[in-house]
Amino acid sequence: MTTMMELDQSYSVLREYGSEQSLLSKPDGSSTFVQGDTSILAGVYGPAEVKVSKEIYDRATVEVLIQPKMGLPGVRERAREQCVRETCEAALLLTLHPRSSVTVILQVIHDDGSLLSCCLNAACMALMDAGLPMSHLFCSVTCAISKEGQIIIDPTARQEKECPALLTFAIDSAECNVLMSSTTGSFSVQELQQCIAISQKASEQIFQFYRDSVKRRYSKIK
Amino acid sequence: MAAGFKTAEPLEYHRSFLKENCRPDGRELGEFRPTTLNISSVSTADGSALVKIGNTTVICGIKAELTTPPSDAPNRGYIVPNVDLPPLCSSKFRPGPPGEQAQAASQFIADVIESSDLINMEELCIEKSKLCWVLYCDIMCLDYDGNLLDACIIVLLAALKNAQLPEVTINKETDLAEADIQKKQPLKINRLPVGSSFAVFDDSIIIVDPTAEEESLSTALLTVVTDEEDRLCAVHKPGGTSLSGEKLQHCINRAITRNKEISKLVNKVTESMKTAK
Repeated sequence: MTTMMELDQSYSVLREYGSEQSLLSKPDGSSTFVQGDTSILAGVYGPAEVKVSKEIYDRATVEVLIQPKMGLPGVRERAREQCVRETCEAALLLTLHPRSSVTVILQVIHDDGSLLSCCLNAACMALMDAGLPMSHLFCSVTCAISKEGQIIIDPTARQEKECPALLTFAIDSAECNVLMSSTTGSFSVQELQQCIAISQKASEQIFQFYRDSVKRRYSKIK
Repeated sequence: MAAGFKTAEPLEYHRSFLKENCRPDGRELGEFRPTTLNISSVSTADGSALVKIGNTTVICGIKAELTTPPSDAPNRGYIVPNVDLPPLCSSKFRPGPPGEQAQAASQFIADVIESSDLINMEELCIEKSKLCWVLYCDIMCLDYDGNLLDACIIVLLAALKNAQLPEVTINKETDLAEADIQKKQPLKINRLPVGSSFAVFDDSIIIVDPTAEEESLSTALLTVVTDEEDRLCAVHKPGGTSLSGEKLQHCINRAITRNKEISKLVNKVTESMKTAK
C-alpha cells in the first residue's frame, strides 16, 4: 500500500491519504482510497454488456452505484452518484466502446468527512486499474468554510458539522480546471474563488501521488 | 429543409446558430425565457404555486402536518421536498419509481433550503420534543423543456410565501393539539434564493436557460443559486467538461442579475394576492 503525508501551511493540509489497487479478483479494476479515517472501496466493471433499454448507440453507458455503510441507498446517494457519473463520463473516452457499459461501484467503508471527494478519488484509481482509456485524470478536494471565515481543507466529519459551508470540487489533470462542483451552505463569491484556488493547489499533490503509484506499480519490481 | 438538417445533425444545427451568437428560438446567449408565476392555484393545499419558464411548467403544493420533532433536533420542525418527474412531462421519463434525475433534484432542493436558511426551522416547532410542523413540498413537473432546477426553486419559494398555517395550541388538560383553522399565519421567509442554470457547449460557449434539446447536446450543465445579499447558496455542476475561473465568474454575475428580476416577480405576485383579498 502506498501512502504519503504532506505538511504544508497550517490549514491547507490534506489528511494522510493512501490507496491500494487490484485488491478484488472479480471486478476489472478495483481500488481503495483512504483520506484520514474516511475509506472507500471502488470496483469497476467494463466495458461490459448493457441492457438494450440503457444502451447508447455511439458511446458507453456509465453507471455508478454508491452503497452507504448502513441501510439502503437513498436520495442523498443518488445525488452523489450523479456527480460521480458525470465526472467519469467527462474523463473516459466513451466513444471507443459504443453499446457497452462501464459500472463503477463504490462502497463506503467508513465516513469521517470529505465523503464525495474520497468517492471520486477511489473511482479514478479504480478506472486506472481497470485500464479504461481516459482523456485526463481527475481528483477531488473538499473545503469547509468555518464560522470565522477560515478555509479548512479535507475536513473531518466533526469539522464538517461545525462549518456553515462545505464545497467539494473535482479538478482535472490536464488544465487544472473545475470539472465538478457540489456545495452546501452559503458563502460569498470571494470565498468560492479562494476555495477553488486552494483545491487546485491541493490537487497537484494528489495527481503527483497518482503518478507515483502508477510508476511504482509498473516499474520492474520482482 | 431546415427541419431535415435539425433531425440529422442536431449539434451542427445548433452550432450554426451559436456562431451568430443566437439560438434556434431567437434568444440571445444570455437571455432567459419569459417566466410567469401563478400562486394559490391548488385550493386543497396549504400553499401552492405554478411557474412557467418558457414551456417548462412546474407546480408545487405544500401540505403542513403535525408530528413529533426528530430526537436529534427536538426544537425544530422540518421541510420535506420531493421532486416528481412523471411520464406526462416528457418521453424521457418512464413510469415507476423516481429516476436518478428526480432524486438528484429532490436532494438539490433540500440542500438549497438548508443552505439558504429559507425558513427558520425553530419557528416550525410548536412545543419542544412534543409537536412540530412538517411541511411536505411536492414539486411536480407538468412539461419538461429544460431548466428544471431553476423552475423548482422559484415555485418552491412562491408556494412557501403563499402558505398559511393555522395556529396550534396544546390543550393543557387533554395534552392534545388543537388547530384553529380560522386563524392562519403566513410563514416568515428569511431569504429569496433564486437559481440560474447554464449549459456549456463545445467546452467554450455558455448559454443561459437551456431548453431540453440544448441540455441533451451540451457538454456540461451548471446551476448557480444566489440570495438577495449576493451570497452564493449553491454552485451545482455535477460533472461534464471543465470550466475556467473567468467563465464561472461570468455565470455568477449573470445569476446575481437574474436574482433581482425573479425577486421582483415573486414580490409582485405575492403583493397582488394580498391586495386582491
